Amino acid sequence: MENNLFNYTLHLADNSLTMGHRLSEWTGHGPMLEQDIAISNIALDLIGQSRNFYQYAAALKDDSVTEDLLAYLRDAREFKNLLITEIPNGDWAKTIMKLFLFSTYQFCFYQKLIDSSDKQLAAIAEKSLKEVTYHVRWSSEWVIRLGDGTEESNKRIKLAMEEVWPFTGEMFQPAEYESLLINNRISVDVSEIKNDWMGRVKSVLEEATLSYPEDKNTWMQTGGKNGIHTEHLGYLLAEMQFLQRAYPGCEW
Amino acid sequence: MATEELQKVFDDKIAEEIRIEPKDWMPDDYRKTLIRQISQHAHSEIVGMLPEANWITRAPSLRRKATLLAKVQDEAGHGLYLYSAAETMGITREEMVDQLLSGKAKYSSIFNYPTLTWADIGAIGWLVDGAAIMNQVPLCRASYGPYARAMVRICKEESFHQRQGFEILLTLCKGSKEQKEMAQDALNRWWWPSLMMFGPNDDTSPHTAQSMKWKIKRFSNDELRQKFVDVCNEQADILGITIPDDKLVWNEKRQHYDFGEINWNEFFNVIKGNGPCNKERLAARVSAHENGEWVREAALAYARKKAPKSPSGEFESFRN
Repeated sequence: MENNLFNYTLHLADNSLTMGHRLSEWTGHGPMLEQDIAISNIALDLIGQSRNFYQYAAALKDDSVTEDLLAYLRDAREFKNLLITEIPNGDWAKTIMKLFLFSTYQFCFYQKLIDSSDKQLAAIAEKSLKEVTYHVRWSSEWVIRLGDGTEESNKRIKLAMEEVWPFTGEMFQPAEYESLLINNRISVDVSEIKNDWMGRVKSVLEEATLSYPEDKNTWMQTGGKNGIHTEHLGYLLAEMQFLQRAYPGCEW
Repeated sequence: MATEELQKVFDDKIAEEIRIEPKDWMPDDYRKTLIRQISQHAHSEIVGMLPEANWITRAPSLRRKATLLAKVQDEAGHGLYLYSAAETMGITREEMVDQLLSGKAKYSSIFNYPTLTWADIGAIGWLVDGAAIMNQVPLCRASYGPYARAMVRICKEESFHQRQGFEILLTLCKGSKEQKEMAQDALNRWWWPSLMMFGPNDDTSPHTAQSMKWKIKRFSNDELRQKFVDVCNEQADILGITIPDDKLVWNEKRQHYDFGEINWNEFFNVIKGNGPCNKERLAARVSAHENGEWVREAALAYARKKAPKSPSGEFESFRN
């Protein structure tokens, strides 16, 4: 049970860290200054969320475990983030689509996690929910602008949708460590938030003049929650963990 | 009013330390000087994001990652206020950005040096932000109101950044042998370019005298550089690393440190575009601008669709 809680907390931490890390790649390179600031701000929120979860996960173990040990010294097979958070940014449209679908998921998810019987997870969810509410608004506005903007932006956001969509199925399929925590109301039953998520996504897509992919046969990629990732995560970690790996045991 | 009378009102305000505000009359050269200075400063903030952003994805701990990200985001914010301050003088952000991207406008040459190790992030905070603060604190009293007010906020944030940078180096200096070497190496590479940030010596600085008369500038380049050298010496001692200048010695008579000659040949070469990263920095800005073009167009098209009757100025923020 304790190990399930540890893995579950890591899953939540890894989601926020990898997504925040990807978004931070835009810093200094955004399409306009205000949006460079906005996306960096969201990256910062997500890294902050990950720290809260990692610190909690570390506290579940003995004193030798720290937030940085968990973030910097686990290999890709031990990371439990959703695949959508690790795939490369692509253009602005793809980044926006990833963030929109993921933030909407986080929004629906945290709304349930605030009622978790685990007080610490509930508290982190409550704090994060405020931030995520803004992430959803910001990314929704961009989906709408791009969808209903120019011919080119419409084409790009549609392509982004096709590319990112197969990574959404995994959000609603619980891993074993997740399922085993549902009964004592620690974890969120993700299968139950799917309808809420679909409704929110649909309404934004509609306003963006985009259609919701109704095709139930779209193959969904899975594996992230159990450490089976895309090839991209290895490179992300190689970059992120470089100093800790090259100079082991140092204070930074 | 005749020009002479307007000039007199302006001169009196300068003499009495009354701020010049956007709607006030001002001499053309005063306006030009400020546009040049403020826009260069804004560009420096924006280009300056690049060498530091280079380490966001490799920052060695979650805390460092978050603080570096926040810092680089602050720089973007500084760029934003400074562009706004310059816009009060009748130039648009679009024009200023075009000047940067075409290579016509300059930015601080320090950002044409590469960030090769994590210690460089510490050195930039300590030395580059430290030199910037030395230059900028007196600008909080600059005669042009919007500039002075922007500088107040910027200086507060910069001094926070400087402490963070110093703390990065302090941690390295207390760490392993390799970490301390990394810190020393960063100081070796950033020291002289930081001294160059104060600009040419007073006798060869083309704009100083007029800017001081207009109370845009309050201290000369050499005065500020001297203050910086004095302060850094003490701080380097705390860190336990050595400033790479064998002529650096306390001068009892002057009550200041004497220091070696700056390599002005290098300084002018980097300004000319021959620094290690000039081309890459500009290319990164051009590429962000070009890759962002369809995004800005989409935002503008959408805004126009939704509010056809609004004045076009409302969408200005999507232009750059």
